Amino acid sequence: MADELTTDAADLGPVTTLATPIRLDFDFTPGVAQSRFLRGLEQGKFMGQRCPSCNQVYVPSRGSCPTDGVPTTEDVLLANVGTVTTYCVVNVPFAGQSIEIPYICAQVLLDGANVSFMGLIQEIPTDQIRMGMRVEAVWVDESDLTPSLASVRYFRPTDEPDADYDTYKEYL
Amino acid sequence: MSAAARTVRPVSIASFAQSQNVRKDDERNEVEGLMPVIAEVFGNIGITKADVGFICSGSTDYLIGGPFSFVMALDAVGVWPPKSESHVEMDGAWALYEAWVLLQEGEIDAALVYSFGRSSLGDLNEILTLQMDPYYEAPLWPDIVSLSALQARALIDAGKATEADFAAIASRSRRDALANPKAQVRNDTAPEVLLADDYVVAPLRRHALPPITDGAAAIVLAAGDKALEWSDRPVWITGFDHRMETHSLGARDLTSSPSTAKAAEVAGVAAGKIDIAEIHAPFAHQEIIVAEALGLDDSVVINPSGGPLAANPMMSAGLIRIGEAAERIRSGQADRAVAHATSGPCLQQNLVCVLEGA
Amino acid sequence: MADSEVLHAEHRLEYPYSRSTGPIIGAFLTGLRDGKFFGATGSDGKIIVPPTEYDPITSDDVGELVEVGPGGVIESWAWVSNPLRKHPRTTPFAWALIRLDGAGTAMMHAVDAASPDDLATGTRVTAKFRPAAERIGSMSDIEAFVVEGGAA
Repeated sequence: MADELTTDAADLGPVTTLATPIRLDFDFTPGVAQSRFLRGLEQGKFMGQRCPSCNQVYVPSRGSCPTDGVPTTEDVLLANVGTVTTYCVVNVPFAGQSIEIPYICAQVLLDGANVSFMGLIQEIPTDQIRMGMRVEAVWVDESDLTPSLASVRYFRPTDEPDADYDTYKEYL
Repeated sequence: MSAAARTVRPVSIASFAQSQNVRKDDERNEVEGLMPVIAEVFGNIGITKADVGFICSGSTDYLIGGPFSFVMALDAVGVWPPKSESHVEMDGAWALYEAWVLLQEGEIDAALVYSFGRSSLGDLNEILTLQMDPYYEAPLWPDIVSLSALQARALIDAGKATEADFAAIASRSRRDALANPKAQVRNDTAPEVLLADDYVVAPLRRHALPPITDGAAAIVLAAGDKALEWSDRPVWITGFDHRMETHSLGARDLTSSPSTAKAAEVAGVAAGKIDIAEIHAPFAHQEIIVAEALGLDDSVVINPSGGPLAANPMMSAGLIRIGEAAERIRSGQADRAVAHATSGPCLQQNLVCVLEGA
Repeated sequence: MADSEVLHAEHRLEYPYSRSTGPIIGAFLTGLRDGKFFGATGSDGKIIVPPTEYDPITSDDVGELVEVGPGGVIESWAWVSNPLRKHPRTTPFAWALIRLDGAGTAMMHAVDAASPDDLATGTRVTAKFRPAAERIGSMSDIEAFVVEGGAA
């Protein structure tokens, strides 16, 4: 832009594009249920909520059962361990990437939960990741815990044998 | 009955619910705010989501600053087993129109329509600027209050209204809202007192502007046997249309609303006596323009709910007009009503819905 | 849950859009960069300013571009005592719909005036362009409109 401003107007071609940047600022609030999940992360815990109708446990919960449309009112403390239901190995660099490629991105089904969520898998060569692998969350130091998923550094393999396919086939 | 009324499948407003309209609901997310409204709109007539064949919502992601927030809002209904569903980036009144069109086809007999929006999270003036022409208008960041003030000035200069008229409309709206427990601005303040307000953008004073409101609303539409089953006094939609004008602000006559007039003609507003009108005129002067375009005479009671000057939840205030008008027919206070919804700057796009009791 | 437990976070949404202008809007913006106004001829011969690619009433293609302005008449205006942070002026100003000389439609821009007493519907104004070296082909190439023959 600075270059254009100092160029002789006679040398400029017709205007063909217009920069129209948009910036909006918000005071975002995630609501009651998601705040509870985030407050749990601040304490190094995964907090979910159970549907009173179908008994499914959601983590994080948005305050409603997306199947039944009723409030999820019962808080459930979930385990620190879970099962990799599916995964991918990221080899593509992109803007804003903070992790060295290649890395593993996986869906982790925490024990006690009925939905999986996305997590980073580390401390394992990328060619050894597999469905059914048992993993545990590695948290940041206690003094660095915040109400954010940044409190979970990553998941890493446990010593347990792989989970049986039937235990997670409904969650793929 | 108008020509329009004879050609449509009768569809009724079977149930209506709205949240408390508040300046800032920063406790609950969209889903948490919607769930009680959905529960109420079904509970009013003792049905569940299993009884509706279609769901349509109206909202805008810009209010929350997150893409596809309308998809997550479906969690408030619980769409399992899978339902036919749609969404409009418009006020819920247009979602209602889409559902009504689908009901005309005759394959389903009931639909749920809802809308929601928290205007308090961001700067509404800046957000609404993004609906403007992106080349000529939006880069200057004209806010909706300033644009409405241009329209108000044009109306005054055309000899069609005075600032005192704006104050009278605001005073009446706030006073009528005293009878509406869901409204946000409710008081009995004389027009003379309101005229002592400072200008926000001249010639508009504070009272001529809508409040900033967080809220949600829902309606169940029913046709055929379900309409009769779910209500002792069905409220029928007998005419429904919406029209829009150019987005080039300077190419419009801002002192009139030809799109409202055309929609009113197609909806058959003039085919019978109108008892009440619920007009979605967010700025006081716009009520004068819309009332003229609808062809209303002095006998028509305008905005008995208090209207958008008493509560203006973005994306729901139009749907609420239809719900409020229907409630007055259901209660026997009116036999025939017209509800209006608007979208865009300075009444660019307008929807007209005629409602009649059995 | 107590109020204090519900979290808040600052959230900023940014889109660095760059839009293609097409030939008509591009010609208008090129004109602004050159310190001139162009309008497009509509179906009824009316000059549409700023120009659209189609007649806003009939939707027909527009005809040839015609130079208009830089003076014009205020068709409506609104006085802003307290400019918002993204407004084009930092001191009190008026938004106005201005019909440039030769134009059949109005364009919206800011009017720089000392007081609302200086303005009325019908007041003649003229465009005050930014210096040529600062113009990039956008509506902000016009610093503001000012009252014709006025002190501003």
